[in-house]
Amino acid sequence: MSKFSDLTRLPDARGHFGPYGGRFVSETLSFALDDLEKTYMRLREDPGFQAEFDYDLAHYVGRPSPLYHAERWSKQLGGAQIWLKREDLNHTGAHKVNNTIGQALLAKMSGKPRVIAETGAGQHGVATATVAARLGLKCEVYMGAEDVQRQKLNVYRMRLLGANVIAVESGTRTLKDAMNEALRDWVTNVDDTFYIIGTVAGPHPYPMLVRDFNAVVGREARRQSLEEFGKLPDALIACVGGGSNAMGLFYPFVEDDDVAMYGVEAGGDGVETGRHAAPLASNAPRGVLHGNRTYLMSDEGGQVADTHSISAGLDYPGVGPEHALWKDVGRVQYVAANDDAVLEAFRELTRVEGIMPALESAHALAHAKVLAPTLRPDQNIVVNLSGRGDKDIMTVAKIDGLEF
Amino acid sequence: MNRIDERFAELKAQGRRALIPYITAGDPAPRYTVGFMHALVEAGADVIELGVPFSDPMADGPVIQKACERALKHGVRLTHLFEMVREFRQRDDQTPIVLMGYLNPIERIGLEAFAEQAAAAGVDGVLTVDMPPEEADEFGPILKQQGLASIFLVAPTTSQERAATICAHGEGYLYYVALKGVTGAATLNAADVAEHLAPLRGLTDLPLCVGFGIRDGASAAEVGKVADGVIVGSALVNRIAEHAERPEAIAGELKAILGEMRQALDALPAH
Repeated sequence: MSKFSDLTRLPDARGHFGPYGGRFVSETLSFALDDLEKTYMRLREDPGFQAEFDYDLAHYVGRPSPLYHAERWSKQLGGAQIWLKREDLNHTGAHKVNNTIGQALLAKMSGKPRVIAETGAGQHGVATATVAARLGLKCEVYMGAEDVQRQKLNVYRMRLLGANVIAVESGTRTLKDAMNEALRDWVTNVDDTFYIIGTVAGPHPYPMLVRDFNAVVGREARRQSLEEFGKLPDALIACVGGGSNAMGLFYPFVEDDDVAMYGVEAGGDGVETGRHAAPLASNAPRGVLHGNRTYLMSDEGGQVADTHSISAGLDYPGVGPEHALWKDVGRVQYVAANDDAVLEAFRELTRVEGIMPALESAHALAHAKVLAPTLRPDQNIVVNLSGRGDKDIMTVAKIDGLEF
Repeated sequence: MNRIDERFAELKAQGRRALIPYITAGDPAPRYTVGFMHALVEAGADVIELGVPFSDPMADGPVIQKACERALKHGVRLTHLFEMVREFRQRDDQTPIVLMGYLNPIERIGLEAFAEQAAAAGVDGVLTVDMPPEEADEFGPILKQQGLASIFLVAPTTSQERAATICAHGEGYLYYVALKGVTGAATLNAADVAEHLAPLRGLTDLPLCVGFGIRDGASAAEVGKVADGVIVGSALVNRIAEHAERPEAIAGELKAILGEMRQALDALPAH
C-alpha cells in the first residue's frame, strides 16, 4: 500500500488539489470551463476518444518515444545509470504535442473553429499551430514580446504553420503576460474559441486534463524501465516551469513509494539572488494567478514578481497546483538549477551523447549531474528530455559571442 | 445597516438609479486619489468603486491595465488604499466605498487582516474579480463578520443555475457585466442587457447594476431604463490617462463626464 494513494484521486469535484488549484476566473469564463469539464469528463471514459488520441500519438507524434541509455555520460559521471526519455524526438520536438493533440480533439468535438494559446519558448505555440493546421482551425498564439525576440525561430515556424503570432507588450513581456492576454482574448471570443492551455496550470479542469494527456510519458517510461533494466527507476528527474512534462513523467509513478522524484526549477542567477523562476524551491508564498491557487512569486503587496531564467519556457512565476501539493506532502523534491549549471549540462550532453537538449530540459540534466554520482552504478535515473535544443542555438551562440 | 444598503434604500425611495464610478487608486499618483473621490461625489456618485492596482489584471482592457501600471510605479498597495479611504472618510461618512480588484494582493496580506483593516478604514464592500462564489467559502464569512458586503459579477454567459448561486451569495448589489470581453472594450447593447436582467429579478431583490461599455450620458440613460444602477470605469480612467501630465485638471474632467451621466439618469422617469 502506497503512502500516496490519495494523491491519485485528485483533483476534487471543484478542481482543488488540497489547498491549491480551483477556478479563480471572472464570471464570463465560468460557463466555458463548466462546459469543457463536462465534455472532458465524458470523453475521458469514452473508448472511441481514447482510441483516436492513441492513434494520433502513434502515427502523428511518433510514440512511444524511446528510453535511451546515456551510457557514456553515465560512466563519465561515475554513479547511477542515466536513461533519457526522448520526448525531444516527438513530432515538433517536445512533449508539448501530447497535450495539444488531446486538446485539439476536444476543440474538434466542441465544434469551435478557432483556437488560441499562450507560449513561452514557443514549443507549445508550435505544437498548437501544428494541430490547428492539421484540423483546419484558425490559430492565434500569444507570446511575450521579449520571448518573440529570444525565440525568433519558433515564431517563424508558427507563422509558416499558418498561425498568427501576437507579441504581447504588457507587463514583463514574457509567458505570464502572454497568458493574461490569451485569457482576455478568450473572455471576448468565448463563443467560437477554444483555449489550448500549454501547462498543468490555469483554472480547473486544465491542470487535470493537461496532466492526463501528458501522462502517456510516464506510462511508457514505467513499462520501458521494466523492459530495459527489469525494475522501476530509483529516481525520476524533470524540469518544472508550469510543470507539464514533469507531471506527465511523475504521475504514473506517484504510488511507487520507492521511486524518488525531483522537479528542477529555473534557478536563474541563483535562488539567493532573487533573480530566478523557482516558486517551489524558493518557498514562495501561496497566491492566486491565472485561475488557480499555487506557490506564486510575488512581492509583499501581492504584485506578481519579475522572474528570470535563461530558458523562456520556464520563465513563469507560478507552477501547476498539483506540484504545489506534491511539495507539501513530500512526494516530490523541488530543487533549482542555475543558468550556468544549465548551460554546462547543455554543452555536456551535446558533446558526450550527441543529443542537443532544450535549455528547459537541460535543467533536469543539470540535476542529474548532481544526483548520479551519489548513487551506485546498479541504480537507475530516468530524466525527461522534454525537448530538443534546436530552438536555443541562437541563445547559446549569443552567450558565446556569436551573431548570425 | 451597511452604507451600501442604506444608499440603495434611499435611491429606491426616490425612484432614482445609482451612479457608480470606478477609478484605480493611485492613478496617476497616490496623492490625487482622495481628491478625485470627493469630486466624483460632488458630481453625483452614489457609490465609489476604488480599484486595487494589480500587476496582472486579466479581466481588464488596456485602459485599466495602464492605470494599474501608473499606480504601481508609485508602489501603491492595499495599505495605501486603506489610508486613502480613512482620509476620505474624514470629510464623507455617507458615500459607500467598494474595493474592486484581484485576489492575490488580498491573499498576500491575509484574508482576515484584510477584512479587519478594510472595515476599520471605512470600506463597505469588496468585489474580487477572480473569485466566483464557489471559491468564496472561506472569504465570504470573514468579510461578513466585518460587515463588508461581498459583491459578485453576473455575465451574459452565466446560466440560470449559476445565477441562482451567485444571487444567494451576493450582497450589496449585483454587478452585471454587459459584454463578453474585458473592461473598456466595446459599446453595449441595451436590449441585450434588458433581456438578461429580467430573469435575475426573479432570483433576487438585490439592486442590479450594469457595467462594461458605458461611456457617456446616452449609454448611461439607455442602461438606466432597465437597471438599478450604472457603473462607469474605463471612460473615467481614460480621462485620467489623457491628463496624467496635468493632474490638477483631472478632477474637473471627471466631474464633467460623471455630471453628464447623472443628468441623463435623473432625467429618466422614476423607477
